[in-house]
Amino acid sequence: MDKQELLTIRADFPILSEKIYNKDLIYFDNGATTQKPRAVVEKIEEGYYHLNANIHRGVHYLSQKATEAHEAARITVAEFLKAAKHEEIIFTRGTTEAINLVATSFGEAFCKAGDEVVISVMEHHSNIVPWQMLCERKGMTLRVIPMNEKGELDLDAFKTLLNERTKIVSIAHVSNVLGTINPVAEVIRIAHQNNVPVLVDGAQSVPHIPVNVVELDADFYVFSGHKIYGPTGIGALYGKEKWLNAMPPYQGGGEMIATVTFEKTTYNELPFKFEAGTPDYIGSTALAEALRYVQAIGMDKIAAHEHELLVYGTAQLMEIEGMRIIGTADHKSSVISFLVGAIHPYDIGMLLDKLGIAVRTGHHCAQPLIDSLGIPGTVRASFAFYNTKEEIDVFVTALKRVVTMLE
Amino acid sequence: MTINELQDGIIEEFSMFDDWMDKYALLIDLGNSLESLEDAGKTPQNIIEGCQSRVWLHAEMKDGLVLYRGESDAVLVKGIVSLLIQVLTKHTPDEIINTELYFIDKIGLREHLSPTRSNGLVAMVKQMKMYALAFKAKNSNR
Repeated sequence: MDKQELLTIRADFPILSEKIYNKDLIYFDNGATTQKPRAVVEKIEEGYYHLNANIHRGVHYLSQKATEAHEAARITVAEFLKAAKHEEIIFTRGTTEAINLVATSFGEAFCKAGDEVVISVMEHHSNIVPWQMLCERKGMTLRVIPMNEKGELDLDAFKTLLNERTKIVSIAHVSNVLGTINPVAEVIRIAHQNNVPVLVDGAQSVPHIPVNVVELDADFYVFSGHKIYGPTGIGALYGKEKWLNAMPPYQGGGEMIATVTFEKTTYNELPFKFEAGTPDYIGSTALAEALRYVQAIGMDKIAAHEHELLVYGTAQLMEIEGMRIIGTADHKSSVISFLVGAIHPYDIGMLLDKLGIAVRTGHHCAQPLIDSLGIPGTVRASFAFYNTKEEIDVFVTALKRVVTMLE
Repeated sequence: MTINELQDGIIEEFSMFDDWMDKYALLIDLGNSLESLEDAGKTPQNIIEGCQSRVWLHAEMKDGLVLYRGESDAVLVKGIVSLLIQVLTKHTPDEIINTELYFIDKIGLREHLSPTRSNGLVAMVKQMKMYALAFKAKNSNR
């Protein structure tokens, strides 16, 4: 990505020119949420001003238009993930709800006491707690894939965890703390050899690397809109038709029904079976706009630029004495978690904030991972395609100043 | 000195700095010079878990006055712990219960006490008053 192109892109994101405490904002908390380009915000506005009517209900013009927009958004998401059928895309409130949906409905249909679920040590709480809740409900056991000191999954250990009691594997594509890009294709291949389906948590991957759910042969793939420059409160679940058809509905209500009598309700077909209530059709259309936006730039180009930032940022940070980068996998996304000497992450984060730099500190909703590393948390800088090397320079200079104050 | 005189003293001390980084440098100094709670005081009973950092608080009653000691794993939080202790320690339960802590707002550290920071400080302030209430109740029972 050349300089001019980067400037043009940055101009699409008004928030990037904000001042924080009279300093230029440097936003390195993209792992938590990303900023929104004008096109996305305008789509939301256009939706409420010109397209607002409840979908799948009305015979009137606006309702038709809104329905068409929502369904067109589904096709955009399906194409983005390279899904075979758009009926395999279920809109959810985000990654968390998507995982809860699968844990609940898949669990209801296929799991019983004594069964096992396999996750990994580097999962976000969103990919731990729903499975724990399922295990508690059903009397099942949660098994955890360990990792090596670089933050890479131990696939040999994974193989030993699989057995005839294993009902599902649920694993992050990219770790939100370590940045590790997990070999999910390999994980899926191994799981499938044992007839075990796999859910991939794509919250941290979809915004940064090209994803093809059919090539991966993922059974379920989930992501959040707000982490890929779209609105909050909307996300998607991709599920293979054969699984989704065999799973009971997650929630009951309008939209998901075919017929209702007080004696018996029959359910609608996919994808509507899983979309009870009025869906966020404004959110879905704006999410589709965000996907079009990143596709126009090109996912490969985005991945290449972010990789450059990762390599540059890592090298710059390593110049600081006492620097310890947490997560040094061979395949990494643009996430750098670190600690400096014995300084508490909170102190670094608070002081960087006062210098206009937004980073995340703490356990990043992955407490078991942080505990396993024996650290109080990390400072995390996570880059997006609109970030620049110049911003990294300002960040590193500020960090040096902060470290001197705190040492 | 009364609690309010102590609060006013802190406000004056912080008013000498315009720049945020200078205020924070002072806070770091305060944090570093806070007498650390030896490991014996860092019991599970004394811990106040925050999402971002942890705070330990110990309180005892001596000659009708409440004595506080505290600690945190983050130095900025420790600095604020130090200020809170400076203001409230060695006062009677009644004085502590009836105090409005306005200095935090005045020196611009309110954000550290917002519940969203989840650094254990909000719970600490609450806990300090709870101790005072408990000591008062204990005393009046005698």
